[in-house]
Amino acid sequence: MSSLQLILAISLATPLISALAVLLFHKNKNLRDICGPIGGIITFTTAIVIALAIIDGQVVSITLWHIAPGIELSFRVTALGTLFGLVASGLWILASIYSVGYMRGSKDKNQTRFNFYYAVAIHAAMAISYSGNLMMLFIFYEVLTFSTYPLVTHNQTKSAKDAGRLYMGILVSTSLLLFLPAILWVWVVSGTLNLTRGGIIPVDFPSYLLPILLAMFAFGIGKAALIPIHRWLPAAMVAPTPVSALLHAVAVVKAGVFSFLTIVVYVFGTELLSSSGSAVWLVWLAAFTILVSSIIAITKDDLKARLAYSTISQLSYIVLGGALATYAAIEGAALHIVMHATAKITLFFCAGAIYVNAHIKKISELDGLGTRLPHIFIAFFIASLSIIGIPPLGGSWSKFLLMVGSVDSGIPLILGVLAVSSLLNVYYLLEPCARAFFKPAQKEFHIENHTLTIFPPLITATLSLLLFFAVDWVRLLTNLMVMP
Amino acid sequence: MLILDNIPALLVAIPLLMSAIVSVISSDRIAWLFALLTTLVCLFMAYELIDIVSAKQILSYAFGGWEPPWGIAFIVDSANVYLILLVSFISVIATIYAHTMLAREIAVEDLPKAYAVWLLTIASLFGLSMTGDAFNLFVFLEISALSSITLIALGAGQDRRALIAAYNYLIIGAIGATFYVIGVGYLYAATGTLNLLNIIERLNELGTNQAAITGLAFMLAGIMVKAGIFPVHIWLPAAYSYAPSAVSSLLSAVATKVAIYYFARLIFGIFMNITQLIDFFLLYVLMPVSVTAIFYGTIAAIYQTDIKRLFALSSIAQIGYITFAFSLNSHSGVSSGVIHIINHALIKGALFMAVGIFALGIGKRATMVSLRGVGRQMPITFAGFVIAGLALIGVPLTAGFISKLYLFKAVFETGNGLFVAIIAISSALSVLYLWKIFEVMWLQEPYQPLKIEKEPAVAYISLWLMVIAIIVFGIYSNGVSSSGILAANALIGAR
Repeated sequence: MSSLQLILAISLATPLISALAVLLFHKNKNLRDICGPIGGIITFTTAIVIALAIIDGQVVSITLWHIAPGIELSFRVTALGTLFGLVASGLWILASIYSVGYMRGSKDKNQTRFNFYYAVAIHAAMAISYSGNLMMLFIFYEVLTFSTYPLVTHNQTKSAKDAGRLYMGILVSTSLLLFLPAILWVWVVSGTLNLTRGGIIPVDFPSYLLPILLAMFAFGIGKAALIPIHRWLPAAMVAPTPVSALLHAVAVVKAGVFSFLTIVVYVFGTELLSSSGSAVWLVWLAAFTILVSSIIAITKDDLKARLAYSTISQLSYIVLGGALATYAAIEGAALHIVMHATAKITLFFCAGAIYVNAHIKKISELDGLGTRLPHIFIAFFIASLSIIGIPPLGGSWSKFLLMVGSVDSGIPLILGVLAVSSLLNVYYLLEPCARAFFKPAQKEFHIENHTLTIFPPLITATLSLLLFFAVDWVRLLTNLMVMP
Repeated sequence: MLILDNIPALLVAIPLLMSAIVSVISSDRIAWLFALLTTLVCLFMAYELIDIVSAKQILSYAFGGWEPPWGIAFIVDSANVYLILLVSFISVIATIYAHTMLAREIAVEDLPKAYAVWLLTIASLFGLSMTGDAFNLFVFLEISALSSITLIALGAGQDRRALIAAYNYLIIGAIGATFYVIGVGYLYAATGTLNLLNIIERLNELGTNQAAITGLAFMLAGIMVKAGIFPVHIWLPAAYSYAPSAVSSLLSAVATKVAIYYFARLIFGIFMNITQLIDFFLLYVLMPVSVTAIFYGTIAAIYQTDIKRLFALSSIAQIGYITFAFSLNSHSGVSSGVIHIINHALIKGALFMAVGIFALGIGKRATMVSLRGVGRQMPITFAGFVIAGLALIGVPLTAGFISKLYLFKAVFETGNGLFVAIIAISSALSVLYLWKIFEVMWLQEPYQPLKIEKEPAVAYISLWLMVIAIIVFGIYSNGVSSSGILAANALIGAR
């Protein structure tokens, strides 16, 4: 085992060890709660080492076992996977610190179980990002679904259980009905499931079947939340906010779009998709999802519900980039995974912080709160600007590249869709800040101060700002993904 | 060398002889020990058989030195050698499981005789999987039917409905056997021989012959009853659900599988040249029947509340998958059917074992109500049960996934999207009933505090041996998949 393989093994094992440590230290609150941040720091450090090796052109892989010819249990780090691994592990550090503040603030009794499944979910996300084989990716995709179920139903109320049932129902049924058959189809026609740059679908695959195969993947990956299989995401908002923040802004939904992008780049190959035109329908479906879910977001008064629909809309940017399948669009989509994750986790952190510090969930009740919780609303404002795509914030790069990509692919109308969507973003994301800062307070607020919930959003907001200037570093990885 | 040369005969003769000896033993412990030793010897011989077959390709054993077509011959080739190994493996584990499980479910004084019948059943299963003589097969069919009916009826100590189940099996099984023997009569009239290999030659000389076709139709109908193929499966759910749990796990694992193997051998090995009938039968009879079985079994299982009956219904669906794979009439179809025969035997055997342990623990029949919260009280059994259940769905890293993999391969090769949809939808539906049980057992609270009897360690061991086999075959599939391919080579020819 070379040193890089060891690093990869550590990177994958740390979240799992951290989960077990949580169980081990369940009696000592402080010891238990420090497991997450420490695990996050170790995992993130290893992810950086792996990223440097990948940029350096080295191969990082571990093959465990061959299940059947072409189906192996293996990790082989791709450029896209490196990016997702960095995002998931980096944000885990902050999210685990934040969740300590949040859970203590809301006086939760089942924090051990919560921390345990939280770490297991991160383990699944890391394994997804480093998978070298589509079957491996599928296995951990399911592990992620099952490990987040206890988190969604954490509050054990009737509505939480109903939401959990919808969550499992949609994610498991789409994956078994479409995702797995699609994977097996790929295996039957190409004899392998190893992720390979340039794709593995053989050239003699009939082109009229390509859109069907693509549709099986696009709808089979329920975590990407395309309309009409998006309903699990708003339902999952019954979970405590740290879950919504890390899982439904970063790990789970990004695992969905990551899997989709992986399939576009490493299974179909961008050449095949863009030359055959078999993804045009998906471009329009993604555009439809972007606009419709933005409009629904405007109608939501519950802050988390609004953010959930905003997430659905932003995820479709990434699907759109994959479906356009030009270099710029793919790069934009990959960048958007990073940019949107950073910004959206900030927004969820803020929503949770507003709840534990001021006990408010609805946007209409935010009037005048800005001066009482200034740090939170400044973070919220910065992150909103990043999602809208205003320089100098990270989100502007990914939107710019997506626009370039849509012109490249000869569907300039998509430019209009993106522009309208940005306008809708302005409306629904800036409303909370506008109310908080410019409207007079209508009632007396009862403010608590949970420091651990306030500084993580400030850090992630700063990160959104820094990513604008540091985009060239991220593009070192995205370039590897698209350049021949 | 004497032993090695006569393994096919000994595989039947030893359990048969031991069955007679065990029936006069009065101590139940010694009877069990004899039964276990017998099955272990059979497992060893079956293992030796693999070496012999891989060297010789096909082993034809003539009884008493009377060469066929005059004498009776046993045929062992790569199509059935793995089946023999499977039967012997399952019978060892089921015998271990029976040690305490059978003792708690039937009267102690009946135990030695129960083990005698148990060995008789195993002997008949070996005979069924090896015989190369159409009439001799009828004899084993009858031995197998009568001995398993006796075993099922032993469940009457727990639930009197076992008697009705056994009686139904007796009547329906007798009708099936009659059909089969009528078919053999026609075939004998047409060809003048009962030896299967000889029949193939004669049929080639005869060309199209109405008597032979009629005979084949009768034989297939008769075997379908024994194999539990929809719609002549009606004896099966009650028989499996009221039999003692050790019996359920033995019969559900291998009894129908042996009949299904012979069914495939008749279709692909013996009568493959009567294409007008075989093609018609596969496409217009077996395929619709299998699809109906898959959906009927799965949907009926979703609404079933008695757990043993639920898994018996799921067996109908799983047998449907196997026959569906055969009905594709392709090399990959047959090999995936054979692979599923092996994997499903392990999975269903393990599930019935686990349900038996649960029922013993709570002291009453396992239902959706009585099992509430039992999973948390019996975590070791529950863990094994969950793994076997996941394998039934076809979750990766279990043996069930390998079945699913090759079934999908066979289905995709036909290029028919409808078939893909059938398999995908039905396997997603099977999640529903398993999820329901898992939820009841793990998440729900029992109505009254549970008094759990301590589960017997021997039963644990046998359950977990099966579970380990399920996992090992799930991550190391080469053995099972290549045996499926070899069996398909032998049955349908290397295409």
